[in-house]
Amino acid sequence: MSQQPNKLTPFFENLNFERDDNTMVINFGPQHPSAHGQLRLVLELDGEQVVKAYPDIGYLHRGIEKMAENMTYNEFLPTTDRLDYIASTANNYAYALAVEKLLGIEAPRRAQVIRTMLLELNRVISHLFFLATHALDVGAMSVFLYAFREREYAMDLMEDYCGARLTHSSVRIGGVPLDLPAGWLENLAAFCDKVDYEVEHTYEALLTENRIWKMRLEDVGVISAEEALSWGCTGPMLRGSGVKYDIRKEEPYELYSELDFDIPVAETCDSYGRYRLYMEEMKQSTRILRQLIPMYKKTEPRLMAHAPQYISAPKEEIMTQNYALMQHFVLVTQGMRPPKGEVYVPTESPKGELGFYIKSEGEPYAYRLKCRAPSFFHTGLLQEILVGTYIADVVTIIGTTNIVFGEVDR
Amino acid sequence: MAQHQVNYASSAGLPIALTTVDHLVNWGRSNSLWPLTYGLACCAIEMMAAGGARYDFDRFGTIFRASPRQSDVMILAGTLSKKHAEFARRLYDQMSEPKWVISMGSCANTGGMFNTYATVQGVDRIVPVDIYLPGCAPRPETLQYALMMLQKKIRKESANMNKNTKQNLRLV
Amino acid sequence: MRKYTPKDNVQGKSYYTDRFWVAPRVPREEVEEGSHFETVVNALGSQVKESYIEVGQLVVHIDASENFAVIKTLRDECGYKQCSEQSAVDYLAQDGEFELFYQLLNHAEAKRVRVVCRIKKGEAIESIVPLYKSANFAEREMYDMFGIKVNNHPFLKRIIMPDDWEGHPLLKTYPLHGDEFASWYEVDKIFGKEYRDIIGPENRDPAKVERYDTKRFSRVGYEVPFGADISEGEKEQAIEYSETILVNYNAGTKQLDERK
Repeated sequence: MSQQPNKLTPFFENLNFERDDNTMVINFGPQHPSAHGQLRLVLELDGEQVVKAYPDIGYLHRGIEKMAENMTYNEFLPTTDRLDYIASTANNYAYALAVEKLLGIEAPRRAQVIRTMLLELNRVISHLFFLATHALDVGAMSVFLYAFREREYAMDLMEDYCGARLTHSSVRIGGVPLDLPAGWLENLAAFCDKVDYEVEHTYEALLTENRIWKMRLEDVGVISAEEALSWGCTGPMLRGSGVKYDIRKEEPYELYSELDFDIPVAETCDSYGRYRLYMEEMKQSTRILRQLIPMYKKTEPRLMAHAPQYISAPKEEIMTQNYALMQHFVLVTQGMRPPKGEVYVPTESPKGELGFYIKSEGEPYAYRLKCRAPSFFHTGLLQEILVGTYIADVVTIIGTTNIVFGEVDR
Repeated sequence: MAQHQVNYASSAGLPIALTTVDHLVNWGRSNSLWPLTYGLACCAIEMMAAGGARYDFDRFGTIFRASPRQSDVMILAGTLSKKHAEFARRLYDQMSEPKWVISMGSCANTGGMFNTYATVQGVDRIVPVDIYLPGCAPRPETLQYALMMLQKKIRKESANMNKNTKQNLRLV
Repeated sequence: MRKYTPKDNVQGKSYYTDRFWVAPRVPREEVEEGSHFETVVNALGSQVKESYIEVGQLVVHIDASENFAVIKTLRDECGYKQCSEQSAVDYLAQDGEFELFYQLLNHAEAKRVRVVCRIKKGEAIESIVPLYKSANFAEREMYDMFGIKVNNHPFLKRIIMPDDWEGHPLLKTYPLHGDEFASWYEVDKIFGKEYRDIIGPENRDPAKVERYDTKRFSRVGYEVPFGADISEGEKEQAIEYSETILVNYNAGTKQLDERK
């Protein structure tokens, strides 16, 4: 059957693909397999060199900030899963922490231990995913398969805890919904050993000294510290440029002030340095997870903060006590009413500084919620660092920024 | 030279299998479904996991292709925003016949939880869909099951595509 | 008479609020003497209209016309090397104003400052892209979402919504489900306006059940073949259960109740 004509108009009426001055305009995405989702880049090329790069985003805009204004605080929590869908718990946590700061409550110690565990586990998941896709983009298919193998073990752990593989919603405002299941900590310890072994004996053995890998990554995508700061780079992108700033260390939240871990920094400022940094961060995450296992055993079995004005009582109390049931009914039907005020809380997500700005007018609905997503600013950086590079390096640079379009477009 | 004498009338051991053209063509079509790598959002991660080590999509004859010209099935994995809709339709138009569409995840099916101004409320508004796959996000097993269902569907179809009437209106 | 719904704010509202409810306020602290924040406030001098500490961060209210000068001082003299976030809040319904905020970070001190200013509807704000390049995307997003014009921005254009989009989605007057233009956007763009009738309007009701649609819905006890026409009504059918899994609990002696 022949293709029927359709009414699609040309997309780039304002874009001239044919130039007189020997340059060429190519359109990269939004469906390109190594565009990490829905990035569209319009590249102006002189031969193979990029003269001008214009990142176009918004192809995954879902109106999440608008939804926040139309949902009560607890209703909105599962939506944050879909921001950075590689590490959902990091988003849940950043949002929950922002609301907790607004309410002025603190989660009980056991919840804090579980949250920190989940955050670090998500960091490992996210970094493994970064490695898999980055290597696949650059051309190392086998690393993708190996990294996804280990990632599945981490997914099993998440699934044991919260039942979901991808969209966890495993953190609640005021604590965590569930205690760890039996045998989870043993599995976690085994997983840490597994990751440490694989990072050293598989990924680093395959890539670190690999001639092709080094040729593709070294001196590609060099970002100076000044530029990184000016463009709002955070997380591994900032530390990859030699600025030692990790929110977990500098503005500690949760249990990070009690934990012993190092902040790796790469001085080379290139993609290879950033790759080494990601590997090192994975090792640090397992180090943190190992420290947390004995901490869990010393805690009281309380999971949610006690603040009846904002947070429902445990299920047993709701089922047995009249007042708890009434509170629960009001909180479910009307939603909690946090005090008036505004709050901006930064957290260190696997991608960088993930912050939630919440403006509350004392209503059950947030007046304004702004999600400060690290990938958004890393995408903005592309228009500068891509200039002067070769077309083959474009994919490497997109891979190394580790952008996820759920949080770029929101 | 050895002479092989085959008695076609006798039972078993025939070197020839008799079948219909429909069967043969559909056998080929259904066992080498090449999907387009069209990751839109969260579901794309599960789609990648399905192609990864544990779930191993290749054993279904399913190899992800980067070009719509080489692929038979389009897996719309994730939220389709209004800004992206025209691109999805254009990619669908670029695929060669016969082609099928799997709508993966609640967002692609109905808009799901993103009942907002920016999302297309169901991809069946712009492309005809063969299999709707529920879940947010569906597990890789679910995607594999959907693909098996699609294979079943293809085997029932006539090899002559003109005879097939799709339930969905083939627009334009 | 129909109940009046305000048109200047169509976002989610609580269906019930106690008459005597007065929302408390997140505590605001004074800037302590000798702290890092005091040097910041002193450096800004008379440009500061109001300053206090809210949840560990300094909030500085300034005049919108001085935003570039204030942020330049913060960057050059106080070491705020990074602009983490920049956006706006819509207060058009109450005050006819937008509230803009700039979230700045000092890496050496690990301190954060929020610079807040207000502009009237239709006014423009000076761009801070010469100071922080990260504001490039942030200001474009603000323009896209609120329609706030930014002076001297290198490339002020819609960033998230398509170029031919109508309306600014994060305004309080913009409904969550979009306006008329938004609801037909993809149909108009791909097929043309004449196909609106064929494709039909969007279904925004997640619980919608079509009574006579036998392709997607069925009713227990009223099963009909796939795609059958039931506009005349359908016959009730007895539900057939598999007999192998049915257990007749009445046949044996009752053993569940152990009190007897």
